[in-house]
Amino acid sequence: MTILIDTVEVALGTLVDVAPIAAILIGFQFLVLRRPIANLRRVIAGFAYVLVGLTLFLVGLREALFPLGESMAEQLTAAPLARGGDTSWLDFGWVYAFAAAIGFATAVAEPALIAVSLKAQDVSGGAVSARGLRIAVAVGVAVGVALGTLRIVTGTPLPYFIIAGYVAVILLTMRCRREIIPLAFDSGGVTTSTVTVPVLAALGLGLASAIPGRSPLLDGFGLIAFACLFPIMSVMGYAAVVEWMRRPGRQHRHGAKSGAKEEEVP
Amino acid sequence: MVASTDSTVRPRAVFARVRAVLRICTGSFRDLIPIIVVVAFFQIVVLQQPFPNLDRVIVGLVFVVVGLSLFVQGLQIGLFPLGESMAHAFARKGSLIALLAFAFCLGFGTTVAEPALIAVAAKAGEVAGAAGFIGDSEPARNEYALQLRLTVAVSVGLALVLGVFRILKGWPVHYLIIGGYILVIVMTGFAPPEIVGIAYDSGGVTTSTITVPLVAALGVGLATVIRGRTPLLDGFGLIALASLTPIVFVLVFGMVV
Repeated sequence: MTILIDTVEVALGTLVDVAPIAAILIGFQFLVLRRPIANLRRVIAGFAYVLVGLTLFLVGLREALFPLGESMAEQLTAAPLARGGDTSWLDFGWVYAFAAAIGFATAVAEPALIAVSLKAQDVSGGAVSARGLRIAVAVGVAVGVALGTLRIVTGTPLPYFIIAGYVAVILLTMRCRREIIPLAFDSGGVTTSTVTVPVLAALGLGLASAIPGRSPLLDGFGLIAFACLFPIMSVMGYAAVVEWMRRPGRQHRHGAKSGAKEEEVP
Repeated sequence: MVASTDSTVRPRAVFARVRAVLRICTGSFRDLIPIIVVVAFFQIVVLQQPFPNLDRVIVGLVFVVVGLSLFVQGLQIGLFPLGESMAHAFARKGSLIALLAFAFCLGFGTTVAEPALIAVAAKAGEVAGAAGFIGDSEPARNEYALQLRLTVAVSVGLALVLGVFRILKGWPVHYLIIGGYILVIVMTGFAPPEIVGIAYDSGGVTTSTITVPLVAALGVGLATVIRGRTPLLDGFGLIALASLTPIVFVLVFGMVV
């Protein structure tokens, strides 16, 4: 019975989410563009699929995974503290492992990331594989979230990490193939949506309230920022690896820069 | 001609369809394997506990698989084509103002009601109340949260305007992003520490699951129509900007309020 109530509740939430988008699309279509939408039936069917799909997806997550994930985050953080005595950051090994694993797993299942990776595969004519991109992003999220939990445990100020991350991204951007840059930056933003945000929020807030001396309000934030930043680097890294694997011999190594420039011309 | 063939399908077409649906469902299931493995591993090996309500978990997983399959299918037949056809229509119309207004509305409208943002803004209200920036009362906190939400929504609207303009001009996206990063780094030094965590997180929560496909299709569509732009190089980057400007605007908001 609860699952039914939950479904109705989530469906209403998703509708509220879609309403402004639909209003803007319809408004511009009829008032500004003044032309009928091509394949209107298919588009409406597509929206219905997306609505129903997202609703089922969220209800299922709420039923099956969120409660488990949250209780796991609680138990894992409580365990080292329950042993008593002084705890150092080393005692939280399972917390970092859990953070990395759940970050990876939620990013792979993130619908927004699926959307962008499909688009990227489409646009690049298959040069960027949707699955490879998603795994690269997921690795980035895993590293980011693990570092983020480490930061909460040690209490290091957030800006140190983020600014260091920005500097690393800027340096990588200079070395990276230009084609992948916009996609890499986009991957940062799409990783944190429906699946990842609730789990990360529970993890961060749970960790910050369990560890003495941390305030959930000050230290609980920041995990999402980590999960956004590291995929940028991992996608650039992925591009470099793919390029390196495709290169037949090392003798072409010095031609890499000029090669990249030639390929920019469509 | 536009009429769907649904009413006249033949048995063979039905079978083909069922096969296609099954194939999509298998794909969705594969996407969920990591979550299942992680949860099972930590529950059984690390925490050494039995699974509570296993039946509920399984029902939930079936929902997730079917939901994800429908979502991906809906993307392909609805959201992607719509975003692209709108990009084409705007390019044909040739009115810059109309296109930029559309970009702003899309960014603002989809962000202002975003549940994740509402949650973060409410938390931010609590932080600000506790830190003494504002009166520690219910109305003051709500007022602060609403202002913060509007700030973020305006910043996402402006990000899409800037991003669309960039596609038209063909500017490389990384100049804009790196400029934004430098701005964020400098402003972090001046903003009150309480707002910094919220500001960084606000960048991630703005792009919802339904907005992302539309925005990606819009960008790629524009880059495809406009001569001299390549979809991969110029079409992406809108979401990146939409995740960066909220950080800048919330830091400004923290300094001003």
